[in-house]
Amino acid sequence: MGGMPAGPIPMEGHDFSLWEKRVDALLTLCGSKGFFTVDGLRRALEDMGEEAFEKYSYYERWIASINQNLVEGGHYTLEELGTRMEEIRVRGQTYGDANHG
Amino acid sequence: MATPIMADRVRVKTLVPPGHIRTPWYLRGKIGVIERPLGEFGNPEQQAYGRIGDRKPLYRVRFTMAEVWGTRAERPEDTLDAEIYGHWLEEI
Amino acid sequence: MPHDHHDPLSPSGHPYRQDNDEPLSYWQMMEIAVRELMIEKGHLTANEIATQIDAMDARSPADGAAVVARAWVDPAFKARLLDNAGAASTEMGFDIGPLNLIAVENTDKIHNLIVCTLCSCYPRNLLGLPPDWYKTRAYRSRAVSEPRAVLREFGVELAEYVTVRVHDSTADMRYIVLPARPAGTEDLTEAELAQLVTRDSMIGTGVPRRTL
Repeated sequence: MGGMPAGPIPMEGHDFSLWEKRVDALLTLCGSKGFFTVDGLRRALEDMGEEAFEKYSYYERWIASINQNLVEGGHYTLEELGTRMEEIRVRGQTYGDANHG
Repeated sequence: MATPIMADRVRVKTLVPPGHIRTPWYLRGKIGVIERPLGEFGNPEQQAYGRIGDRKPLYRVRFTMAEVWGTRAERPEDTLDAEIYGHWLEEI
Repeated sequence: MPHDHHDPLSPSGHPYRQDNDEPLSYWQMMEIAVRELMIEKGHLTANEIATQIDAMDARSPADGAAVVARAWVDPAFKARLLDNAGAASTEMGFDIGPLNLIAVENTDKIHNLIVCTLCSCYPRNLLGLPPDWYKTRAYRSRAVSEPRAVLREFGVELAEYVTVRVHDSTADMRYIVLPARPAGTEDLTEAELAQLVTRDSMIGTGVPRRTL
């Protein structure tokens, strides 16, 4: 996106939440264990398109990309992912509740 | 690992294949000078797709803002450095 | 909100991003699912994830500031830093992992600015995670094409004769700016000097504080 027109730089920041830190840690570990590279992360991020950049937060896009690379690498299947996400959905209303399944 | 010698002045290739490429759009076709060779790294164009990347020489290339942005440049003599793989550079 | 007793601001002065008491999002479900599947299949352990989070939490701009202050007081160290910033940082005891680090020096005639236009490459293994603005479209778009306007937004006014060098982290290297030591700091200790070094001064969007 270098050189594209853009407005003022938003200066506000936030402290990373636990789930964001876990996404970050997942990426680092997947890299150090050789499951996929940061290039794979970036490729899947780019393939999500411009709309995803506007619509989803930084670590939302990252977990989507990590998942894409892990599925491609055969680490688990989409059926396993879907089943597990459904189990998690009914565990609780909040991240804290759903995480202690 | 020894990095092949590159001419001092290089042009970034203007190829536009689809997919993951670490050569920014805004530098394609632009002429710069090699600031320093950086050694060899796995080719991201292969690694992005789950392959082992062939080792490719990487260079830091320095461009003037005048070269990159033409009359849009804030200050023509300011510079921009970027890392470009040797296979995206042509010697001139 | 179920827990309205939380302080709205964290110790660092930023709003907390709510997670544990906000409605569970689709992406949070995905994170939990990916993590659990990877652990159950033996690809990762819960301990590895916790250890990695601790390691990243332990990194902060103070690490980079210590490196900068050492370079200000020790010319031989500064030479090693400019030659191989990764090795010099490791020499000071910072575990920067596989990071390929280049230090670029600000002088009275050169001001360096770091950006990653393709994603959000940042010297995270030395400075910790990048600030939010570093990852925004606005910064990534404009830092390469109008760095002087960007610097003014950050409150950095450069003298007329200063050349700006922008560094786009397009591939495998990461960059840290070695800011110029402020004048009038001859009497400060190395530890005091480190307190002058801000995060932004090591990205190039700021300059060091002039006084403690």
